[in-house]
Amino acid sequence: MNRLPSWIKQHLAALRAVLVLTAVLGVIYPLVTTGVAQALFNGKANGSLGETGASSLIGQSFSDADGNPVAKYFQSRPSAASYDMLATAASNLGPEDVIDTPDRASLLTQVCTRSAAIGQLEGVSGARPYCTPDGVGAVLKVFPTRAVSVNQACPAQPFVTTYEGVPVECGKPGEDYAAGRTVPIRGGATAVVPPDAVTASASGLDPHISAAYAALQAPRVARERGLPVERVNTLIEQYTTGRSLGFMGEPAVNVLELNTALDKG
Amino acid sequence: MGWLFILSLIVALALVYKPLGDYMHRVYTGTKHNAVERVTYRLLGVQSGTEQRWGAYARSLLAFSIISIFFVYVLQRVQDKLWLSLGFAPVPDHIAWNTAISFVTNTNWQAYSGENTMGHLTQMVALAVQNFVSAAVGMAVAIALVRGFARRNSDTIGNFWVDLVRGSLRILLPIAFVGALVLVAGGVVQNFVGPHDITTLTGNVQHVTGGPVASQEVIKELGTNGGGFYNTNSAHPYENPTAWTNWFEIFLILLIPIAITRTFGKMVGQLRQGYAILAVMGVIAIASIVLTNVFELAGNATVPQAVGAAMEGKDVRFGVANSATFAAATTLTSTGAVNSFHDSYTPFGGMMTLFNMMLGEVAPGGVGAGLYGMLILAVITVFVAGLMVGRTPEYLGKKIGAREIKLASMYFLVTPVLVLVGTAVAMGNEAGLAAMLNSGPHGFSEILYAFTSASNNNGSAFGGVTVNTPWYDVALGMCMVLGRFLPIIFVLALAGSLARQTPVPESAGTLPTHRPQFVGLVVGVTIVLVALTFLPALALGPIAEGLF
Repeated sequence: MNRLPSWIKQHLAALRAVLVLTAVLGVIYPLVTTGVAQALFNGKANGSLGETGASSLIGQSFSDADGNPVAKYFQSRPSAASYDMLATAASNLGPEDVIDTPDRASLLTQVCTRSAAIGQLEGVSGARPYCTPDGVGAVLKVFPTRAVSVNQACPAQPFVTTYEGVPVECGKPGEDYAAGRTVPIRGGATAVVPPDAVTASASGLDPHISAAYAALQAPRVARERGLPVERVNTLIEQYTTGRSLGFMGEPAVNVLELNTALDKG
Repeated sequence: MGWLFILSLIVALALVYKPLGDYMHRVYTGTKHNAVERVTYRLLGVQSGTEQRWGAYARSLLAFSIISIFFVYVLQRVQDKLWLSLGFAPVPDHIAWNTAISFVTNTNWQAYSGENTMGHLTQMVALAVQNFVSAAVGMAVAIALVRGFARRNSDTIGNFWVDLVRGSLRILLPIAFVGALVLVAGGVVQNFVGPHDITTLTGNVQHVTGGPVASQEVIKELGTNGGGFYNTNSAHPYENPTAWTNWFEIFLILLIPIAITRTFGKMVGQLRQGYAILAVMGVIAIASIVLTNVFELAGNATVPQAVGAAMEGKDVRFGVANSATFAAATTLTSTGAVNSFHDSYTPFGGMMTLFNMMLGEVAPGGVGAGLYGMLILAVITVFVAGLMVGRTPEYLGKKIGAREIKLASMYFLVTPVLVLVGTAVAMGNEAGLAAMLNSGPHGFSEILYAFTSASNNNGSAFGGVTVNTPWYDVALGMCMVLGRFLPIIFVLALAGSLARQTPVPESAGTLPTHRPQFVGLVVGVTIVLVALTFLPALALGPIAEGLF
């Protein structure tokens, strides 16, 4: 050993260090932690699974095979992962992603479309700022002599007829509007549908909705199930977690627990 | 409520500051080796009693890191032949290479999606181990630099193997074990179950995943690593189930980088020097956290205005404010874990996360890396101040001469060069541009963020960027390796040259480095240096987006 050059000795020591530390930190530590965790917090260590095998921490999609919402259930938030635990994801779309492309709808249009659909499902107004009445992003590309409502493909009726004196046209798919100035139009609408209902979550598995979104859905669920709204509201309250210690996070309604309780009657 | 959340974190960190800082001081300065350590040193075949010059220290560190990269790479490539692979194929070569570098450099950039790429054994034996040891390496380098300041006429700066083993086993391991159990109590999973199917209420199938998550999650935060067990990282309910586990994870992220300033003060024999460094970190960190909260809560951008809140890419249980606090903490340190998706942040909220990394992650920075980064900035500051009054600059009794300031300057220049050159090259070729998800200034921000994150060893991303391509795996891998080890070599060289010096006695002309004046000076130098370096790049990305 002693006759080896020092740089080889150095690397042999390094190799041994990797192996020894791996045994301690990569094998013994996680195994002991698992043992103790399983003994002390069995249910939680195994994923907080309920009677059906589903986890109360993991959100589900309450839609049918075609992707339409099942009306007797409270609906979860939109998810960029479709609640698939093997492909968790967020949308990663930016705050100024407002122009649709042939490949995909812009984030703004996604928000507007969801808002309109939820408005229709719940029988309330789905209108929002920066959204057209037909549920896409209200965005103009402005040129010196004309303006184009880029997200409204012809023959759609543009949401405004003129902008600062120039006429507004509908968008012609395939035409390049990149040279125009992008102007999102706020409009006068006030949103009824809450923010969490029209945005995709971070985890793609968000098990919660806001109290406001639950309240919006309560009349529809009560009607579908022939229950008094008060009963549904009581259940909402029961499955709402407040802020941890009164100041951490936000109040949240667990959708799976709420729907499971409704199914039990 | 969001303010109370921040305040409670500050109070909790203040409570553990002294005990943890003092404990780490004892760990790194103690002369006794316990029984486990003696066995370890015998197995390693190293002389634990012999100290190393800076060159030998650096060579040991590099040898350990190279072998680690090789080991992590091989484990990923043969995972299908080992236990607990969950049936996953070997990780493709370029991704395995990128991931090996990423975890060994404490970056934990993830070009893969955990739940469908890495088997349980790869996660715990390859990745989680590096979460520990890469953190211990960072701490070792910081301690070596502090020894350089503390020692007089010394040729040596410590023994790398002793620092590595003690940091891992005496500091990180005990905190991780207790922390893992706390996380499990909150709902983080800790089992060895593979994906299995359950039927949802509407009759669809959901594949429920498991894994030894808590034991990895805790060290991911504590070691400021950031590599998630699952793709959505600390947003995933199995990694971060409740609002209080979220608080606890932010606490773990900030714990060691903050407390090590006390270790520093104790080692140089003047606690007030540690407080001054802590004050610099604190001023920058609090300003950044508050600004990120303000920008996200204001929600100034078209989509957040249409939505009514910046809720895209955020989970309900955390909400906007606590997500913003996590985002600031993860980029102020070298963590890079995320509980919300920075790509969907408001332009200026997203800019804060970028800016935090561009600061060099010094407030409070990664474990160890934050302290040595900040000490370099302090050295540059006394040099700048020395130029103003025409005196030879000194810090903690050590003269900052030509050699010292050259090393400090080279340290500072490494990351800007990597970030700006890397971004420019990516923007100039097809393979680089193809990665953008968003268009316009935001697409540029995605690329800029990727190179900033890799070069600063952060690991978070504007996640829309598609980086699992050979071009990006190689380019960002190079940034991670150079961004980690070049600065470390400069720091160790600086430590060696400082340790050799005889301290100069304080005189009337010595700049006091423990007063608010000096704290203000360091904050100023840091912000000015970073602003001058990166403002043009930021103007093309988030600023252009935010001010349209």
